[in-house]
Amino acid sequence: MGMTLSEKILARGAGKSAVRPGDKVWVQVDVLMTHDVCGPPAYAIFQREFGKGARFWDPAKVVVIPDHYIFTEDPHARRNLEELRRMAREQKLPHFYDAFSPRYSGVCHVTLPEKGHVVPGSILIGTDSHTCTSGALGAFATGVGNTDAAFVMGTGKLWLRVPETFRVLLHGRLSPGVMAKDVILRLIGDIGVDGATYCALEFQGEGVASLSIDERMTLCNMAVEAGAKNGIIPVDGLARRYLEERGVDCSLAEASDSNAQYLATREYRLEALVPQVARPHSPAHAVPVTDCEGEPLTTAYIGSCTGGKLEDFVAAAVILRDRKVKLDTYAVPATVAVREAIGRVQVDGKSVEQILKEAGVKLGEPSCAACLGGPEDTFGRLRGKEIAISTTNRNFLGRMGSKEAKIYLASPATVAASAVAGCIADPRPFVDERSWELVAQASRGASLPGVGNPG
Amino acid sequence: MAEKLRGLAFVVGDNVDTDQIIPAQYLVYSLTDPEERKNYGRYALSGLPPELGRFVQEGQWQSRYSVIVAGRNFGCGSSREHAPAALQIAGVKAVVAQSYARIFFRNAVDGGFLLPLETDLPLHERIRTGDAVTIDLDEGVLTHEPSGRSYPLRPIGDVEAIVRAGGLFAYARQLGIIKANP
Ligand code: SF4
Repeated sequence: MGMTLSEKILARGAGKSAVRPGDKVWVQVDVLMTHDVCGPPAYAIFQREFGKGARFWDPAKVVVIPDHYIFTEDPHARRNLEELRRMAREQKLPHFYDAFSPRYSGVCHVTLPEKGHVVPGSILIGTDSHTCTSGALGAFATGVGNTDAAFVMGTGKLWLRVPETFRVLLHGRLSPGVMAKDVILRLIGDIGVDGATYCALEFQGEGVASLSIDERMTLCNMAVEAGAKNGIIPVDGLARRYLEERGVDCSLAEASDSNAQYLATREYRLEALVPQVARPHSPAHAVPVTDCEGEPLTTAYIGSCTGGKLEDFVAAAVILRDRKVKLDTYAVPATVAVREAIGRVQVDGKSVEQILKEAGVKLGEPSCAACLGGPEDTFGRLRGKEIAISTTNRNFLGRMGSKEAKIYLASPATVAASAVAGCIADPRPFVDERSWELVAQASRGASLPGVGNPG
Repeated sequence: MAEKLRGLAFVVGDNVDTDQIIPAQYLVYSLTDPEERKNYGRYALSGLPPELGRFVQEGQWQSRYSVIVAGRNFGCGSSREHAPAALQIAGVKAVVAQSYARIFFRNAVDGGFLLPLETDLPLHERIRTGDAVTIDLDEGVLTHEPSGRSYPLRPIGDVEAIVRAGGLFAYARQLGIIKANP
């Protein structure tokens, strides 16, 4: 019997010729990623269990990306950065994207692929639930807690239950104004926040092939919001080019066998999909934007590992060009490379940055910022009874800092259109075939700086 | 795991996420510093909707409730191990839910923080906050003392060895995957 993509990767990682869903296997980890919130407590467990002077199993395979609580005066957050620095020093870690240094990058899940740390066919473990984002480039990528991470630090190994694969087949092409975020919100709306619990969520079909790498990352990013262990997309020509530009070895890239077994399959026709909005307080409360047009808002937020990538800002800029926002609108690029690109990439002769600023959008520093609330002084954090529309991935009660606030989730196009309208708005009337083609062009043409083999 | 566990229940619903278990702004505190870690107990479940009542009383860092009774998908959201840790610090010994989000379950087991037990029944609709419950792990039942009714719990399954060992590190030492002592 055939194996799915995730099964093949786990079989290789376990040193076996085949695995089946439900098998409990010990796998060799290829990359361990951690950040400022979970790195220090994971390292404390590592030192408790392996001894003060113990060394990591392989320092070159550990990637440390502070991103959560960076631009804050909070003394405890500052201390966590100091502890990460100590860990990096003691373990002589070559891949440390330290805050307030020239190497600082920003949000970990966007940094990993940008800097060439995501290798197709590899096992990538991170101390963050959205580690599943990296599955967009054909890796088995999943999030774990501090104890598991500490165990990997010392041994390079992790036990995993081989997940069943839940297949999502995408056909056709998205219409102008509709984005990958709408696809994943609709899917979660259909299957629920535990609809794919313990599963590998694999996206296949020509509809996936029509999406850019940024958009594929958006799909995999929110796999965890359906309860999945990982999201994954097989590598195609476009992904291969993206990876090779960064010097990544693609020799282990795989695809599911034609006779692989799936727990379930769901199919979507992309051209029939309309923009989606997830109402408060669950990503599963997705409805077509046409069902909630005109509902009141106070705040708009464009950012995070889900909706803070270059293409997300270009999509917003296409809508915001020569318009003004009526809401309190925040934009937080995921990484420094995205931040630089929005200063460079143009939409009809104006840079994305200029368009955002002229529209009245407040631009923050690359980091997680208000996506998860964070310390009091965090940029864009909700403080009271705001009603926000956001490109982030979670609209749980209190997620962006205030339990009294309400959060709607949507694509960057829908958030930009709503910011202009001052209430929930359908982005489609704001775009046409020509202007929407600029989104694809702009992100295709923008080779990000700072790419290449990780230094 | 031979002992019985008795305590007062704190009842919540479906999809209690990690932001409700421990809001992100508190993740800055140290989990190792004995004084600072009390903050995790102090703010455990502080992100719940207010109508569910207070899990930890104002000014305290430990709760009077040691068993959480929940619906489906308990612990969804972030991978923060601070979530099961916060519940443990507040004094929780077990959670009884219809299902768990994968990472929370894994963290609870691998870190040895608390017992994530499963039941097929919506016990959160039959038990009220403050009711005394007894969990008999060998028998696999939860008894609701006010009504005297007993409900079956699902077997712990393939992670039982890790649970019995008390966490991933103890388990790996038993297996000889890592050295006996640091
Ligand atoms: S941007 Fe938000 S979801 Fe992404 S890693 Fe940061 S806090 Fe998590």
